[in-house]
Amino acid sequence: MSDHHHKETFITKYVFSTDHKMISKQYLVTGIFMGIVGVFMSMLFRLQIAWPDHSFSVIEAFLGRHQDGGVMTPDMYLALVTIHGTIMVFFVLTAGLSGTFSNLLIPLQIGARDMASGFLNMVSYWLFFLSSVIMLISLFVEAGPAAAGWTIYPPLSALPQAMPGSGLGMTLWLVSMAIFVASSLLGSLNYIVTVLNLRTIGMKMTRLPLTIWAFFVTAIIGVVSFPVLLSAALLLIFDRSFGTSFFLSDIFIQGEVLHYQGGSPVLFEHLFWFLGHPEVYIVLLPALGITSEIISTNSRKPIFGYRAMIGSIIAIAFLSTIVWGHHMFVSGMNPFLGSVFTFTTLLIAIPSAVKAFNYITTLWKGNLQMNPAMLFSIGLVSTFISGGLTGLVLGDSALDINVHDTYFVVAHFHLVMGVSAIYGMFAGVYHWFPKMYGRMMNKTLGYWHFWITAIAAYGVFFPMHFIGLAGLPRRYYANTAFPLFDDVADVNIVITMFAILGGAAQIIFLANFFISIYKGKKATQNPWKSNTLEWTTPVEHIHGNWPGEIPAVHRWAYDYSKPGHDEDFVLQTTPLKEGEEES
Amino acid sequence: MTALLYVLLAIVVAIAIWQITNIFKMKGAIATEKDNNAQGIIFALFGVFFYGLMIFSFWKYSVILLPESASLEGARTDTLYMVTMLLILVVQAITQFLLFYFAFKYRGIKGRKALFYADSHKLEIIWTAVPAIVLAGLVLYGLSVWNDVMDSSDAENPLIVEVYAKQFQWEARYAGTDNELGLANVRNIKGINTMGVDMTDKNAVDDIPVRELRLPKGRKVIFKFRSQDVLHSAYMPHFRAQMNCVPGMVTEFAFTPSMTTEEMRANEATIKKVDGINKIRTEKGEDPYEFDYLLLCNKICGSSHYNMQMKIVVEEEADFNSWLSDQKTMAQVVQ
Repeated sequence: MSDHHHKETFITKYVFSTDHKMISKQYLVTGIFMGIVGVFMSMLFRLQIAWPDHSFSVIEAFLGRHQDGGVMTPDMYLALVTIHGTIMVFFVLTAGLSGTFSNLLIPLQIGARDMASGFLNMVSYWLFFLSSVIMLISLFVEAGPAAAGWTIYPPLSALPQAMPGSGLGMTLWLVSMAIFVASSLLGSLNYIVTVLNLRTIGMKMTRLPLTIWAFFVTAIIGVVSFPVLLSAALLLIFDRSFGTSFFLSDIFIQGEVLHYQGGSPVLFEHLFWFLGHPEVYIVLLPALGITSEIISTNSRKPIFGYRAMIGSIIAIAFLSTIVWGHHMFVSGMNPFLGSVFTFTTLLIAIPSAVKAFNYITTLWKGNLQMNPAMLFSIGLVSTFISGGLTGLVLGDSALDINVHDTYFVVAHFHLVMGVSAIYGMFAGVYHWFPKMYGRMMNKTLGYWHFWITAIAAYGVFFPMHFIGLAGLPRRYYANTAFPLFDDVADVNIVITMFAILGGAAQIIFLANFFISIYKGKKATQNPWKSNTLEWTTPVEHIHGNWPGEIPAVHRWAYDYSKPGHDEDFVLQTTPLKEGEEES
Repeated sequence: MTALLYVLLAIVVAIAIWQITNIFKMKGAIATEKDNNAQGIIFALFGVFFYGLMIFSFWKYSVILLPESASLEGARTDTLYMVTMLLILVVQAITQFLLFYFAFKYRGIKGRKALFYADSHKLEIIWTAVPAIVLAGLVLYGLSVWNDVMDSSDAENPLIVEVYAKQFQWEARYAGTDNELGLANVRNIKGINTMGVDMTDKNAVDDIPVRELRLPKGRKVIFKFRSQDVLHSAYMPHFRAQMNCVPGMVTEFAFTPSMTTEEMRANEATIKKVDGINKIRTEKGEDPYEFDYLLLCNKICGSSHYNMQMKIVVEEEADFNSWLSDQKTMAQVVQ
């Protein structure tokens, strides 16, 4: 395959490519673009939260008729938080993160020439692209985009009478998500099949890098849970357009009784969170996998407790499918169910704690190479712990009662899945940029990017816990209707300033990323002195990844600083020496 | 404040541009020993920033937190909360310290070889077992509180109140002398009967519809929640109480108010918080604020979600009874 050169046109090489490396870059660039949109939206609504009465000309320029003299309308505020959530969770942290690195690394790290089905892989990307386009188009419809929160609970999302965003905007949201699910399923199936079938000689499952384990298990969770979101979306489309009553019953709105009878919004909540909670781990596990790899490489030490890491990934994945009810402690479901979900939810803390301790132990007595990717990985461990711990409050049904849907929740999940996962994504970009583009990113800019982001992230989300504990509900357009909350106004201003600082810091990343593609220093074959297979491929991309035979694997991925070797790394392709024991 | 923001923004943009121009000069991509050293030290400094931010936040923002619970059940969850929070802070302080300290201490030096340390069953058993035991305790404690709070079947002579939500307003209905709520459905909504009470039901006649919620101190109140249109959530933060209002079904929550509004106003933490609020209000030239319990909507419900509230007054039972007897019953209202 590698020794005869395909004649490729521009279209087959750059647009409808079936090469996993190109598809990975397509995912990344699309994800970055969506990320810019999502983060920019958060800047706009943070301005509104901090200065609810202040007029901003910048808002006038972007929101057009959805603002009133430089002050955004309540409906537009809700639309912005809704689309920010949707974009960040699905388009950036699911497709942009998992799509990019699963595609890039699965074939390269297991020793395969490409994905099991290059064609399906291409279809998967273009479905993602289509769903992104539809989501962006929905921003421009007459009544505004979907605005019922990213969880789109009916009846609010089902009835155009309930809010303007529940008209065409919501229809487009649902269509976009349905296509997104299809894209995600095609991708996930491909990842699973590729990992199971296309590993090179000697690449046992127990020799796989933890990145691959994370992507593999993530794909399985995706296949199990995403179809449920599709079914929820389809049933909601039925309720909206064809008069069924799956989620609706006994509704009186705008002076008239609607015909719906017998349905229940709680059913929708169950269906939504059956995806929604595993989704947290679909976002997080790839980031943790990337971190495992980068922390080990840059500590020049094997990852501590490799098997325990695999075990905890599997345990987290399994538990993630039986904890969804902790989003519904006060939904009106039977309190006994609340007890069960409290129990399963707090169980997740055990494998999570194991992972955190193992990361910290990996650093112990290492020889840390402070590359930008390493900084982001250490940052991830920090935010993962900070955000994860408050899960003990939210996962405990009795405590959740009082902080449910307050800013405490917002602070919790942004730290544990938002910031952590985006750190994982940045770490991955800095680390594998040479593999993707054959050039290196600038480290100085990387350092600036990390430190400003790290300060901003804690500056935003640490104080946010307190306004949640003060009882401030999330998704309030303004807190001016409650004198009770007058004293959180100052905190909100601090948070918004840090948010703008953090948002602005991403400009450094964007500049570094795009300039480095063209002007970055040329990469060497194995710049980080890493053990894994992707660094045995030539810097220039070739179809099929390796010229000649695919190398065979003789050891696990983490022989760093192994006694008896001169270098502090040993490629997986190096045969065991006589008498050498495999770790 | 806004000016400061713009200055901050200008500084960041300036740094960004300055750095971006540098990219053409500095082609460095892989961390050198010098970088390891500098970044390790910055991690130590960041650790200081991190702990500083935590301590600062607790010192500065404790005043904005909710005062002590105004319900008996809430007092139990508050104790559970304190125990959980203490645990969180201890674990947080230790793990984050180790993380930043290791990042500083083991910053790379040329020629040093890291310790090849891939596994330790002993360590792994310890940090699987210890969290498991601690969590088991937390789960048992948490569930005993949860069952306590959610189970109101053994309440003696509870007061039954319906809380009714609609875009963007709360209404309420007391069960009256028979202490049983009459049936209701949105299909009965007509004119002044805004909650859709079924007037053919004999239990409905003595029900008392109100626009302000009053509760007696020391008597268990069982709330029945209904919604007219979309999901709402009845959130009463001072009582540590919350339950969603779901169209098509009746949900339930109960608590026993333990402090009257007057008592809460005289509470030390409340006074401090109210003083803080009034300082801000005076600066803005607004009327002073007096503390009141509130019922808020805490589930996104539409454009005026942010302004859906009802005042709650807790008073001694005798005062409450005399107030309630002055209110009109459903039968009187509908006539």
